[in-house]
Amino acid sequence: MTRLDRRFDELKAQGRAAFVTFITAGDPDFETTLGLLNGLPGAGADVIELGMPFTDPMADGPSIQASAQRALGNGASMMKTLELVRRFRENDNSTPIVLMGYYNPIYHMSVETFLGRAIEAGVDGLIVVDLPPEEDDELCVPAMKAGLNFIRLATPTTDDKRLPAVLANTSGFVYYVSITGITGSASPQARNVEAAVNRIKRHTALPVAVGFGIKTPEQAAEIARTADGAVVGSAIVDAIAKEIGADGKMAPGAVERVLEFVGKLANGVHAARKAAAE
Amino acid sequence: MTGKKVASVSLTKANSLRGGPDERGRFGIFGGRFVAETLMPLVLDLDQAYRHAKADPAFQAQIDHMQRDYVGRESPLYFAERLTAHLREKSAAAGSKGGAKIYFKRDELNHTGSHKINNCLGQILLAMRMGKTRIIAETGAGQHGVATATVCARFGLPCVVYMGTTDIERQKPNVFRMKLLGAEVIPVTSGTGTLKDAMNEALRDWVTNVENTYYLIGTVAGPHPYPAMVRDFQSIIGEETKRQMMEREGRLPDSLVACIGGGSNAMGLFHPFLDDPSVKIYGVEAAGKGIETGEHCASLKGGSPGVLHGNRTYLLQDEDGQIKDGHSISAGLDYPGIGPEHSWLHETGRAEYVSVTDREALDAFQLCSRLEGIIPALEPAHALAFVTKLAPTLPKDHLMVMNLCGRGDKDVFAVADHLGVTL
Ligand SMILES: Cc1ncc(COP(=O)(O)O)c(C=O)c1O
Repeated sequence: MTRLDRRFDELKAQGRAAFVTFITAGDPDFETTLGLLNGLPGAGADVIELGMPFTDPMADGPSIQASAQRALGNGASMMKTLELVRRFRENDNSTPIVLMGYYNPIYHMSVETFLGRAIEAGVDGLIVVDLPPEEDDELCVPAMKAGLNFIRLATPTTDDKRLPAVLANTSGFVYYVSITGITGSASPQARNVEAAVNRIKRHTALPVAVGFGIKTPEQAAEIARTADGAVVGSAIVDAIAKEIGADGKMAPGAVERVLEFVGKLANGVHAARKAAAE
Repeated sequence: MTGKKVASVSLTKANSLRGGPDERGRFGIFGGRFVAETLMPLVLDLDQAYRHAKADPAFQAQIDHMQRDYVGRESPLYFAERLTAHLREKSAAAGSKGGAKIYFKRDELNHTGSHKINNCLGQILLAMRMGKTRIIAETGAGQHGVATATVCARFGLPCVVYMGTTDIERQKPNVFRMKLLGAEVIPVTSGTGTLKDAMNEALRDWVTNVENTYYLIGTVAGPHPYPAMVRDFQSIIGEETKRQMMEREGRLPDSLVACIGGGSNAMGLFHPFLDDPSVKIYGVEAAGKGIETGEHCASLKGGSPGVLHGNRTYLLQDEDGQIKDGHSISAGLDYPGIGPEHSWLHETGRAEYVSVTDREALDAFQLCSRLEGIIPALEPAHALAFVTKLAPTLPKDHLMVMNLCGRGDKDVFAVADHLGVTL
């Protein structure tokens, strides 16, 4: 049982969906991310995805691209990302943290070294965008053996024939990418999402979280009615970007304001099932 | 045709170096399919479609016909007599009485002025077989963009070309050519606005427009099957060279030289010769301002293995695995990676990779213009610069073939600038 498994079990017992938040590690600087991480669970985040900045984020839209560039420009690195997790874990031993990013920085560190450090820091799962099941022996299988969840993306192009291969080595939860496209682009149609979630659930008992394109509390609520989790990334990253001044520094009180926005999204997700039941 | 026969015999030989990639798209540890799940079904689809097309004589006949009547193949194998004489003088002056006999493979004479069209033709015919109705591409120097825009115009398909803003600035004539051909050129500002950023943006477009769009990659990079497929379409360069050299000299060349951006013109020349151990193979990377300055694009000489744009290969990267921007005077060589098959040829030692600076390429650019009446593109000027270093050290009966893969019209403004001339 990982923290992810426990968290989704708890939420299932409570009859509500998980609110999954994404921020980029080190955007715009280390201290801000640490402040946000520490505040996210209180603001209603059930699962935290922490982006590992990469120079060439091929599946990301302008918001998350820019956040990675800001972070790298301010000295973000894989070691600092892991340090953020370690510091977060000093105060929180229950909120799952999933590292999300691209394979090259991990490969460059060496898979074995990375896995050792990630586990030691308190990471629970990995989402690596450019590692499809065809490349499972690279990181997915070693990560599972080491006790980490490897969360796979399923997409609208993943048909029923392919789905079993995608789900085979997936654990923790399944991340359904609700649109064909990059992060932060078009918002999904709730109707299509419901059909897709049901389709995936026919193939797996794992929770299914839905992301890409969810921007408002209302959209988050709509997704949370049918999925086991709603992921919001670009909208939070945009809220962070809005707080950055011309000098590249955060405005005073910025972390609180971002967390306030996160709180609204969280309310949307957490009230969704109640609203539906009424 | 004896040349063709030689090629097909070596293909079936046991322990062939030409058998790669394997089922997973790997050349040794290099290559693979490191793409987002959204693209994976498309990449598998493409693999299957390409296999079928490759086995279909009608598809090959279609390509052959267009290569002849539209592209103008075959391209000549030209004895560069004055360059040869010049380098023999250089050799004599150094007291060694050598100087290899230098041939140019004249792929700059192709329609659109470079080798890029060989690949575009094959891929657009494949795209149409697959029922795709929209073509996207990335471009650096603009040669691939122009070649893509050209075949799109010819076959009536809409074309979107991603190009970095830095490259748009230094390759203006090509930007206008693409627009004349009816393509939409989308400027890419992310990163340093060069080829790798254009490729990221093209991939983002593809992820978004999965239904109708075909991504026409311009070099031997990207996820499997692109590196193998682009190589196959470019191999006509080496196949012709083999046949032409047999006719001219009655034997195989002793060495091959080609410049490397992603490595497609080089793979096209090299591949048919991989199983001929007497043929030495040299790939020339861009050393920019010098490898030691860090401002270069020599992925093999100055990089390490990593994963980018769908494959594992040598990359320019920092200690954190972040991709570093390259530098080269030549926009077409300004790429921080290299095709995975080259990484494999490098590690197995079958090919040797060297590098040439901006300065040396500029000198070769002018030398070729004056001695041979051929203004080369800055990309093959890198290959030529290496030829001018290597040829004088070799005996006179050494047959050397350099791939003159592009003409220099696109570069005259940039070169004038570097030489301090205002046009
Ligand atoms: C004339 C010419 N040569 C070479 C290249 C480099 O590409 P490759 O290494 O794939 O041949 C380019 C790319 O734009 C080019 O225009």
